[in-house]
Amino acid sequence: MIAADLAQPDDFDAWRDQARRLVEQAVPPDQIAWSDGNGPADLFAVAPPLRQPSSPRSVRASRPFVDLARSAILHTDPARLGLLYRVLWRMQDNPRLLDDAADRDVALLERLAKQVRRDIHKMRAFVRFRSIQDDDGELYVAWFEPDHRIERANADFFINRFASQRWSILTPRLSLHWDGATLLEGPPARREDAPREDATEELWLGYYSSIFNPARLKVGMMVKEMPRRYWKNLPEARRIPDLIAGAREREIAMIATGSSLFETTAVPESLSAVAQGMAQCTKCPIGCNGTRAVMGEGPADADVMIVGEQPGDTEERDGRPFVGPAGQLLDQALDAAGIDRARTYVTNAVKHFKFVPRGKRRLHQTPTAGEIDICRWWLDAERALIKPKVILALGASGARGLLGRTPSIGRERGQAIAQSAGASVWLTAHPSYLLRLDGTARAREHDRFAQDLAGLAQVLRHG
Amino acid sequence: MMLLALRWVRTYIEHMAQAPVLDRLKILADAAKYDASCASSGTAKRNSRDGKGIGSTEGMGICHAYAPDGRCISLLKLLLTNHCIFDCHYCINRKSSNVVRARFTPQEVVDLTLSFYRRNYIEGLFLSSGIVKSSNHTMEQLIEVARILREEHDFRGYIHLKTIPEADPELMAQAGLWADRVSINVELPTDAGLSRLAPDKSAPQIEGAMGNLSHAIADAKDAQKHFRRAPRFAPAGQSTQMIVGADGASDAQIVGKASTLYDRFGLRRVYYSAFSPIPEASAVLPLKRPPLLREHRLYQSDWLMRFYGFAPAEVQQAAEPDGMLPLDIDPKLAWALKFRGRFPVDLNRAPREDLLRVPGLGTKAVSAILAARRHRTIRLDDVARLTVSIKKMRPFIVTVDWRPTLLTDRLDLRARLAVPAKQMELFA
Repeated sequence: MIAADLAQPDDFDAWRDQARRLVEQAVPPDQIAWSDGNGPADLFAVAPPLRQPSSPRSVRASRPFVDLARSAILHTDPARLGLLYRVLWRMQDNPRLLDDAADRDVALLERLAKQVRRDIHKMRAFVRFRSIQDDDGELYVAWFEPDHRIERANADFFINRFASQRWSILTPRLSLHWDGATLLEGPPARREDAPREDATEELWLGYYSSIFNPARLKVGMMVKEMPRRYWKNLPEARRIPDLIAGAREREIAMIATGSSLFETTAVPESLSAVAQGMAQCTKCPIGCNGTRAVMGEGPADADVMIVGEQPGDTEERDGRPFVGPAGQLLDQALDAAGIDRARTYVTNAVKHFKFVPRGKRRLHQTPTAGEIDICRWWLDAERALIKPKVILALGASGARGLLGRTPSIGRERGQAIAQSAGASVWLTAHPSYLLRLDGTARAREHDRFAQDLAGLAQVLRHG
Repeated sequence: MMLLALRWVRTYIEHMAQAPVLDRLKILADAAKYDASCASSGTAKRNSRDGKGIGSTEGMGICHAYAPDGRCISLLKLLLTNHCIFDCHYCINRKSSNVVRARFTPQEVVDLTLSFYRRNYIEGLFLSSGIVKSSNHTMEQLIEVARILREEHDFRGYIHLKTIPEADPELMAQAGLWADRVSINVELPTDAGLSRLAPDKSAPQIEGAMGNLSHAIADAKDAQKHFRRAPRFAPAGQSTQMIVGADGASDAQIVGKASTLYDRFGLRRVYYSAFSPIPEASAVLPLKRPPLLREHRLYQSDWLMRFYGFAPAEVQQAAEPDGMLPLDIDPKLAWALKFRGRFPVDLNRAPREDLLRVPGLGTKAVSAILAARRHRTIRLDDVARLTVSIKKMRPFIVTVDWRPTLLTDRLDLRARLAVPAKQMELFA
């Protein structure tokens, strides 16, 4: 047995010099006892012969082998040195040995190198600096425990990235210090040597908790990429148990305020089913205020559908749409334009009456966009059953129920808004808006309202 | 009433602008998490070894942390503000939603980015924003953040800017000069879905802007070939994101759309984001969240097109008659089961294209088999050493000591290969 010792276990150049000499002297792999100063040396091994053979073999090592060996030698497995030598030895006869990934030695070497590369990558990812002030200014210090002997090999990465700041990386095997110009190596360190806190970590933890989407919990995936052994040195990992535990509640809360409001409700097959359904609807706060729902009114085969905002005080009491002052104004205007209200289907974007009590009176309140969007489900059901050719929206709320956005009536009135669902949508002001105006403004808006209805009548006549 | 409400809103906004950075960070990170991308790879290599500036980029990005949702945290992903004048139904920040609003100044974002970067929490910044005042104004604010980082701090880390398709083309061009990657979300796989769920957006406008970016990227690449010092433009290219399951689009439609986008705009990536319930969701939205597995299957099909030589039509063939990819098996296996005549494949003879079709064989394993078979005839043991598992593969391969007898033709093959679905449907 010949003893081959490595003073530094991660010193690839020293290994290469020794290995080259041994191959030159044709020493077969099973004759060498490798040691790296960490394990017990072979007691019966002898020092390598110093004399050079008269005609040394020339030693060949491919570039890919050198790259692979540079990584693999950093592995903590003591058997790596012998394995490296065995592959080098076999390569002398078979220079393309490395291509054969199915070979046992090659596969093993690849595996060691892969584990080291992964450890290098994880160190670049998981080192967390804490900032402290010393006499020379700001210093960034990190404590890290790598699996393999990758500290020196990884120093370059941190210099390339953080050359302009002073930093130290402390590990159980050695410590690295960058003073802004040169890299110094220090003795092994302990966790207590690193700073205990950094105010910025609170921000980082806040970010970590907020960027997490509780609706998609994939803990296995996280643990695969961020194994638990790293957690003790990752400040954000402190939050993980709470985030996982709270995820279910957070998602339930999201859904409760959220989307699947009508998931269990069957799509109604007739207008009377719509009326029945909406009477019981409590999907939004207005539906829960104790008023009665007001169903649309008109023939089931109407060509024109007119959509207002919501029932008012009179409408709620009578249970019919557009029977109050605004309804009377609408009737007059339709009549003047030559449109028969009896042949139109009149309804509202919101089915219940939203109000605030003022003494004995109930004051109208505009429904929120969210409430209109919820109630759109009922309006859509009416649309699907009536299948009108043209829909007239009165005011922005009515339009939102149809378009899904709040348009500017002033900008978009007087033209057809095509929709993929079939009928074209026309916009005009809400009659109750006209009722609130005085003087010239009132006259002007009345004219525009009449014009819009006349335009609609023309569309109906000419198709 | 209206005026009062407005005044209250304004006071509230002022208040939020003053709120502690931590509170605003939480709001604006929370608002940004629906963007799936956190990639920081594929850009030009840079370092700051010269002691000037700060930061570096490697070819490969680094995931500095993983959240319990399994997603990589590589960048500080933020919205500059979650105020928005748009009203897109799938979006938590839409105008009509009642979420708490906040905003950062460009300088605040710069300070956060640098203090996170110096502690090695992140690779850089991914900045997006709700639309405030106007598209152009918003875009100018985003650009300002990137400019301060690059010009005043000589920041050499990664910057991804989400650009706003409605903004002027000159602003887009500026964004590309500072950023490593630019992106515009197509949002929904169908135009009908977009007009229904994002009424303020227009598909032609989005695609027009993506077209402009792809020209600018191509021009800059070309200029670099001729003049070494030509300015770089988004060296990590552009990407986009589609929301899956918010409209009625089938997987086949989504795959088709993605492949069109890759072809037309030379995209680096198309991200798929399974629609997930959001607080304050709009009532127009469906109904039920799609299984997360669906998103995974779409990514797999994306990989098949990009790395395995599958044509979009072939991926679509793997789908069921309703256009959906099977959830219980991956699309490559689904395809193989439909085209059993193409199997078994002889690992000792078949060309690369055929090896890539074998379920369970990845691109690396294929290269390893091609290299190894110059040295030896491949046996089942060898395959086992080169891959993760050969169980799924056996019916589809021939080696010197293995030939599937009849196995390939068995009717119950699918059932034998499908992993029992372990679907996290907590709230189905």
